[in-house]
Amino acid sequence: MIPAEYTKIIKDGLWHNNQAVVALLGLCPLLAVSNTLINSLGLGLATTMTLVCSNGIVARIRHWVSAEIRLPIFVLVIACVVTAIELVMNAWFYDLYKVLGIFIPLIVTNCAIIGRAEAYASKNSVDKALLDGLAMGLGFTLALVLLGGMRELIGYGTLFAHADLMFGEAAKNWQLNVLDDYDGVLLAILPPGAFLGLGLLIALKNVISSRFG
Amino acid sequence: MTVLPQPLLAARMLGLFALIGIGLVSLFFYATDHRISQNQHKELLLSLKTVLADTEYDNDPTEDIMQVNDIRLGTSDAVTLYRARIDGKIVATVIAATAPDGYNGNIKLLIAILADGQLAGVRVVAHKETPGLGDDIEASRSHWILSFNGKSLGQPAEKQWAVKRDGGDFDQFTGATITPRAVVKAVKNSLHYFAENKSLILYDTP
Repeated sequence: MIPAEYTKIIKDGLWHNNQAVVALLGLCPLLAVSNTLINSLGLGLATTMTLVCSNGIVARIRHWVSAEIRLPIFVLVIACVVTAIELVMNAWFYDLYKVLGIFIPLIVTNCAIIGRAEAYASKNSVDKALLDGLAMGLGFTLALVLLGGMRELIGYGTLFAHADLMFGEAAKNWQLNVLDDYDGVLLAILPPGAFLGLGLLIALKNVISSRFG
Repeated sequence: MTVLPQPLLAARMLGLFALIGIGLVSLFFYATDHRISQNQHKELLLSLKTVLADTEYDNDPTEDIMQVNDIRLGTSDAVTLYRARIDGKIVATVIAATAPDGYNGNIKLLIAILADGQLAGVRVVAHKETPGLGDDIEASRSHWILSFNGKSLGQPAEKQWAVKRDGGDFDQFTGATITPRAVVKAVKNSLHYFAENKSLILYDTP
């Protein structure tokens, strides 16, 4: 049986307080990288990883850090975690690293991460902070993947293109050509498409919330 | 024991965390450094092999380099030339040139020129052209870049080294003329550079 407070953390992260479509945090990477499903998934997972690590570390050290220097220390923790993740991706997921490029180091500036460190991890125990990081990260990933999938489908008429960047050679033929002989809608791939897509996603979330919430 | 005033305590704490952070990041750096440079080397080797296409060679071109400075190669920085050899004799030179006048900044190219001045191949390494319009210069998106294979100065004639819209031999893309124009110009300039410095490039010993 999962304790009620854990289920609440998970629900908040995935739905009620989804960092991307409710809190509207971390929009810079969200809008920039979400042009294909695989790119979205890659950045989402890297962000989740960062959130879990930074939340865990912040919750662990929260008693040692005095209030007036907590923010610089959180920033320091996040910067270290992101740098470590960047190095690991560069070493073991080189192709994906090349695609996500600048957006990996930019995870540092994703306000969702410092937001969770300050609003949650600095006030709660390590286990809850870890779970919060995971739930918030997966919520963010979910929004990214939906937006990425939507833009890829409309923009290129495919899904799971370039899956081999992430899952190795075996994934080369995962690409689904949903629409054959499709010329693509350039708007969906360009930055305005990201804004429009995100707007639709937020609207959809609000409709579902008001119907069933 | 003297108790430090509050700001100093905080500063000490911050310093301590910074040190731990630097330590951890260095640890990760040393653990991944070797693999990362291996990745980059493998990547370069592969792209040189692709651009050299059918050209045979028996050396490692990434180890056989020459740095040159010439504004025709698209940048005021040093440009790297990679040489492919058979039995020590240079059979092809790959120029890491730049097309400085793309629609959206620099287009980085690899241009492979055989010893007789014929193009073995051209590939785009990095660019920021419009997705869906200008990115047809990528080999993975269209065959356009392969139209350079076998071309040389004089084949087509100097005047024909342009996109069709400018009266030349090379296709442009619907909605994007600036991008292919920049690439054609960069390739032509590199060929001129090669022709003029041929003796210098080809008879350099490893």
